[in-house]
Amino acid sequence: MKLSSLSTHTLKQSLGNHLGIKLKIGGFHICLTSSIDNVTQHLINLYGDFELLHDDDFIDFHVELNAPSLARRLFRPQVSFSFDGHVPFKPLPYDQAAAMFEWGLNWCIANHSNQYLIIHAAVVERNGQAFIFPGTPGSGKSTLCAALVLSGWRLLSDEMTLISTVDGMVHPVPRPISLKNQSIDVIHHFSDQAFIGQVVKDTAKGTVGHLRPPNASIEQSAMPAKPTKLIFPKYKEASETQLLELSKGKSMMRAAEDCFNYNVLGSQGFDVLGNLIDQCDCYTFEYSQLTEAIQLFTQLTD
Amino acid sequence: MRMPVAAFLRDVFINPHCVEDYHLQQWDLLIRQARSANVLVRLAEMFKESALFDAIPDKPRMHLESAWIHAQRFKLSLIWEIKCIEKALLPIDEPIIFLKGAAYHLADNHAGKGRLFSDIDILVPEKAIPEVERALIKGGWMTNTFDPYDQRYYREWMHEIPPMRHLKRQTTLDVHHNILPKTCKFCPDSKKLLANIVQTGENNTWVLAPEDRILHSATHLFHEGELEQGFRDLSDLDLLLKEFATHPDFWSTLLLRADELKQRIPLYYALRYTHAILDTPVPQSVLDQSEKYLTGRVRRAFMDFLFLRALMPNHASCNDRWTGFARWLIYIRSHALKMPIRLLIPHLLRKSFRRFSSKDTH
Repeated sequence: MKLSSLSTHTLKQSLGNHLGIKLKIGGFHICLTSSIDNVTQHLINLYGDFELLHDDDFIDFHVELNAPSLARRLFRPQVSFSFDGHVPFKPLPYDQAAAMFEWGLNWCIANHSNQYLIIHAAVVERNGQAFIFPGTPGSGKSTLCAALVLSGWRLLSDEMTLISTVDGMVHPVPRPISLKNQSIDVIHHFSDQAFIGQVVKDTAKGTVGHLRPPNASIEQSAMPAKPTKLIFPKYKEASETQLLELSKGKSMMRAAEDCFNYNVLGSQGFDVLGNLIDQCDCYTFEYSQLTEAIQLFTQLTD
Repeated sequence: MRMPVAAFLRDVFINPHCVEDYHLQQWDLLIRQARSANVLVRLAEMFKESALFDAIPDKPRMHLESAWIHAQRFKLSLIWEIKCIEKALLPIDEPIIFLKGAAYHLADNHAGKGRLFSDIDILVPEKAIPEVERALIKGGWMTNTFDPYDQRYYREWMHEIPPMRHLKRQTTLDVHHNILPKTCKFCPDSKKLLANIVQTGENNTWVLAPEDRILHSATHLFHEGELEQGFRDLSDLDLLLKEFATHPDFWSTLLLRADELKQRIPLYYALRYTHAILDTPVPQSVLDQSEKYLTGRVRRAFMDFLFLRALMPNHASCNDRWTGFARWLIYIRSHALKMPIRLLIPHLLRKSFRRFSSKDTH
């Protein structure tokens, strides 16, 4: 049963009581409780196609988003993210609750999933080939990822690429794609299919909005993909579209820096990343025209 | 003894095999309790030892595996940090005694397994403190506080100097000269502790005697004010007791040593609550003997009321309506144990005033 099959009233009621809403997000099972309207709306906007779990399923992350205290619900309201009673971050302004859910979930996955090597990268797939786009904030990886997904590519993740330490495959966690500042308008103009949820201003990352992931990507989220290209993107105003090969050594060094848990995995991390680099063609990529970029990548997978 | 609250985690620590017919919801709660109590890795180790690990359902096994991988990394950092401390203190002629987690690791005690912690504690003879401090500063450690009041608080009253932090690695090192504050009326004679230390390895690296390791663990836990890790620390005691109990004369040596080091009351608590909560096999005669250490039936019943709640895993599912109150009382109690009231009241007033004017970083 999908989340969209619940009425707004039922959804709100389940979120508000201690049982919460139990969602399957890729391979992860999440239980969310919150009595914040923004959060309910965020789920309705962006998580409608996600499957609900059964009551007797195992939950990976029990998370809660609520005001840290009664005072903070009434006066200059704040929201606090809790992972089963543990509060890893300082509270944020109340209207950032939905964004905090996404960031909190990133934190949960990044810190408790050492069965994967986790790269801070977007990853999409077409014709059985997964392209990994590692990137620091501002590199344009999420914009690129959103545009590819809106052009029919399968979304595996826009934030965290999970490489299995067992078989080297990319395991999908399709979730709403986080768009920042100008990217929100860029993606709106790029496709009329784009559905972007609430847009929140003045967060730590500027203005933030989330793009709804395609239903097809969610339905195929149990299917891992084989990584074939590792591409370091760089958005540069008025630049030519330019894909340049990057040596394996340099690619390894750069990718290691973009990993969340490379040092936790130790020698296993080195092996997994080494194998990934071996089996991928590695590039740097500079662009300013999204349509040209999409065309180029689509040709590469034809 | 009747337990006021139940916890899957407790059942599994007593008998790991009871998970064999757990359904997923039970696993869910077990993993949550273990994570909150900071014993996820210890649980993983227990399942590995009992050959149960591979039969665990995928989902909960992933969480144990992930925590276990993290612990392997932690262990490497710990070994490295100990090496760095040993190197920095090479010029010191006095013994360097590692305490708690680092000691369990060095002595290869069961209690070292799956134990994650943030600070390393060492103990040195009090007279060696100035030269140890100088050697550490030379090695890159730096005091955490330059505040004259904090400095005086530690140096005059406490059993340790202000915590030191390594400038590059950001690791914290606590340098002690005793196991309880000088102001505490149960503060033992540190010469007696030093008389029985045990050397580990070739360097000038030592740990406390087995009985003293237990007594230190007990006194630390039962003087502590915040018992978030209480269940883990109780499990340390359980593992130490089980490991050392195989030596002949262990129990009589332990009772005697508690007497010598003025640690009879912490030992009473340690034996009573490891036995009650983790079913640690303590001989009845030893339990009876130690019960005499805490006088007053009402007092003992009251401490049961507090500790049988506060020592359970720090998870909402292990609380009853009194747990919050019990934890609060234990917090208050810990301050009263640290120093006499005539010192404590001015200290707390000063702390709260400074916190109010937000100068205090503690």
